[in-house]
Amino acid sequence: MTQHTSPPSPQRQMTGAEIFVRSLIEEKVDIVFGYPGGAVIGIYDALHDISDIKHILTRHEQGAVHAAEGYAKASGKPGVALVTSGPGATNTVTGIADAYMDSIPIVVFTGQVALKLIGNDAFQEADIVGITRPITKHNYLVRDVNELAATIKEAFYVATTGRPGPVLVDLPKDVMAMKTMFSYPKNVKMRSYVPHIEGHQKQLDKAIALIAKAKRPVLYVGGGTILSNASEELTKFAHKTKIPVTTTLHGLGAFPETDELSLGMLGMHGTWYSNSAVNYSDLLISVGARFDDRVTGKTDAFAPEAKKIHIDVDPSNISKNVKVDVPIVGDVKKVLQQLLPSVTALDTKDWIQTIKNWKEEHPLRYRNGKYIRMQHVIQKISEITKGKAIIVSDVGQHQMWTAQFYKYVYPRTHLTSGGLGTMGFSLPASMGAAFARKDFPVISISGDGGFQMNIQELATIREHSVPIKIIILNNGYLGMVRQWQELFWRKRYSQVEMFGPDYVKLAEAYGIPGFRATLTDEVEDVINKMFTIDGPVLAEFKVVKEDNVYPMIPAGQTYHEIIDMPEEKTVSINGEKESDIEMVTITKG
Amino acid sequence: MSNSTEIPANETTHKHTISVLLENKFGALNRVAGMFSAKGYNLESITVGPTEDISVSRMTIVTRGDDAIIEQIIKQLNKLIDTLKVVDLTYDSFMERELALIKIGTTPDNRSEIMQIVEIFQAKIIDISHKTVTVESTGSGQKVDAIIKMLKPFHIKEIARTGRVALKREFVGEV
Ligand SMILES: Cc1ncc(C[n+]2csc(CCOP(=O)(O)OP(=O)(O)O)c2C)c(N)n1
Ligand SMILES: [Mg+2]
Repeated sequence: MTQHTSPPSPQRQMTGAEIFVRSLIEEKVDIVFGYPGGAVIGIYDALHDISDIKHILTRHEQGAVHAAEGYAKASGKPGVALVTSGPGATNTVTGIADAYMDSIPIVVFTGQVALKLIGNDAFQEADIVGITRPITKHNYLVRDVNELAATIKEAFYVATTGRPGPVLVDLPKDVMAMKTMFSYPKNVKMRSYVPHIEGHQKQLDKAIALIAKAKRPVLYVGGGTILSNASEELTKFAHKTKIPVTTTLHGLGAFPETDELSLGMLGMHGTWYSNSAVNYSDLLISVGARFDDRVTGKTDAFAPEAKKIHIDVDPSNISKNVKVDVPIVGDVKKVLQQLLPSVTALDTKDWIQTIKNWKEEHPLRYRNGKYIRMQHVIQKISEITKGKAIIVSDVGQHQMWTAQFYKYVYPRTHLTSGGLGTMGFSLPASMGAAFARKDFPVISISGDGGFQMNIQELATIREHSVPIKIIILNNGYLGMVRQWQELFWRKRYSQVEMFGPDYVKLAEAYGIPGFRATLTDEVEDVINKMFTIDGPVLAEFKVVKEDNVYPMIPAGQTYHEIIDMPEEKTVSINGEKESDIEMVTITKG
Repeated sequence: MSNSTEIPANETTHKHTISVLLENKFGALNRVAGMFSAKGYNLESITVGPTEDISVSRMTIVTRGDDAIIEQIIKQLNKLIDTLKVVDLTYDSFMERELALIKIGTTPDNRSEIMQIVEIFQAKIIDISHKTVTVESTGSGQKVDAIIKMLKPFHIKEIARTGRVALKREFVGEV
């Protein structure tokens, strides 16, 4: 800025596009994932000379939104995506729905046709505000350039506070060309939106009394704990009270799985012992979790003997699926801080011993052999990285094994699409994560199906030399659907076997080094090789085609219907001798 | 506005009248109506209009559900970013009014009978032609239902009916 000796001249007027860029800088946005088009060409012009903001041109708008999600999940800061109107905007829908289900703070800016054309079926017009109303925390159509800065401020505020979530801001082309003075509001005052932060003392007292009486308590920890950066408080709480901890898929990493008190994940594909512990518990403390059906199964039979305490920032989560005894509405971190001074060590020795016995009787298991099992690949990645990596899985069997066989130690090291279950999440999300975090390597783990859903982002990754270890666990099947067809649809494999390209050649075509392992003996070597490469690197693991994720509680059923791995050696692949097959066991905690 | 999947009334579901104050912003009605359809809640009627403060709209919603559903509806309404206040009036004493315009085909010999009904219900005739009269009736939903029922035997050509508007009563008793 020029120094004025004379009284400062009135500030220059700015276009909406310039105000947009200035506002992002005010929000300390350092990276935007996006894709240009007619309706946002003015914004892209304004971005052109800005060095404070890096723009990453993805190869599909869905990729841009997942990248923004990955960035947000890995860093805790809001992710930003920018796309054009019409098809650009509709291509963001899956990513926005994904962020909504998983409470990820992202702000998506969409171009829109000029105000006077709205409603005319103008070229590349889509009512994206209407389309995304049920899948955003809130959305805006900016109708006046004078409201632009305040709307952007509000959008970031709403996305990142309370229960976080996606916010969409629709930017008509003419509004972005109009001029006004720029002044960015210092703070947001919204009389209609005031998130609860502190837990109510009366509720806290009730919780403290229940905790003091518990004999078989369990902490049931969800993604809300990570979203509110409360891992430290949670860990203190568990250690102080000596209460064992199970986490949901999104809670993985909130509590170290190397800790004796860890039970690993619960739910449909949770560990046998976490589900038993919950089933026999007399007190269940839900911390930033929402009693999702993949966790509870049949709700009336979920933790039937337990009193339930539910800490959640979103009041609408409380008693939505399961009636609870003591709801505490508030930010998880704050509420744990409030509870910590008043809780004391419980005598849970017997309870922990019981759980230990369960762990010994029913560890996570798989049969290893000459041909590669996905579980083995995950186990090796876990052993090599020791929790110091950001694992970004996709959706399917490999996702569940990635949750089961990797030992998570740190928060924000396990990213996955849990709520919506969006195949194609991993590759672009890992890209976003890698832009956010330099301290840990980022490992993208996909199935052959999901990998092909956003395969185009290999180009983006290559272009920016994003240092991701890309792992494809190729079973030649939409494995999870095949598993359901095997177990519940009389093995009628309908449309689940699929052809894929030569992934190593594909990687090479993009200029990315590629490796392949087809035998178990090669797995460790290939993983190690990946770690010698600085930029992006891809490895395909050709794994056994038919293997099932266990334990499994079939959808809508109870803990008592749990299916553990069958005892008989069912698999004998390509002449793999039965004597070559060894049972491998892994226990969390 | 009414929902296609009507939840039948039984002992556990009750009719509730919920009053919502919202920021008077573009699309507010859509957000509320959309939330009801997305969550599969029953929506018997919804009305919206300005309040004494032009920046605030009042919505009056008539819905039906058991206690758990009503609790969720109220939470979901509160969760909408533009919502200022949600009050379930059902358990309070409240005043409610609906308005209906009823156009009836008449013949020379039934006109006076219609006029009598109109008088009994303290309704008004607001338009008259050789072949029709149009009646304006204001009152509780039940009253409006009743006059329509009484007029049914005649030839009702058209009905336009508002949803319910309601406010909490301050004075305990009818005025
Ligand atoms: C976008 C999308 N379409 C369909 C599904 C349904 N689905 C869930 S898991 C799965 C199979 C995934 O196959 P793959 O990516 O190869 O992983 P695998 O289960 O074999 O490990 C499918 C089709 C989904 N979750 N997301
Ligand atoms: Mg597969």
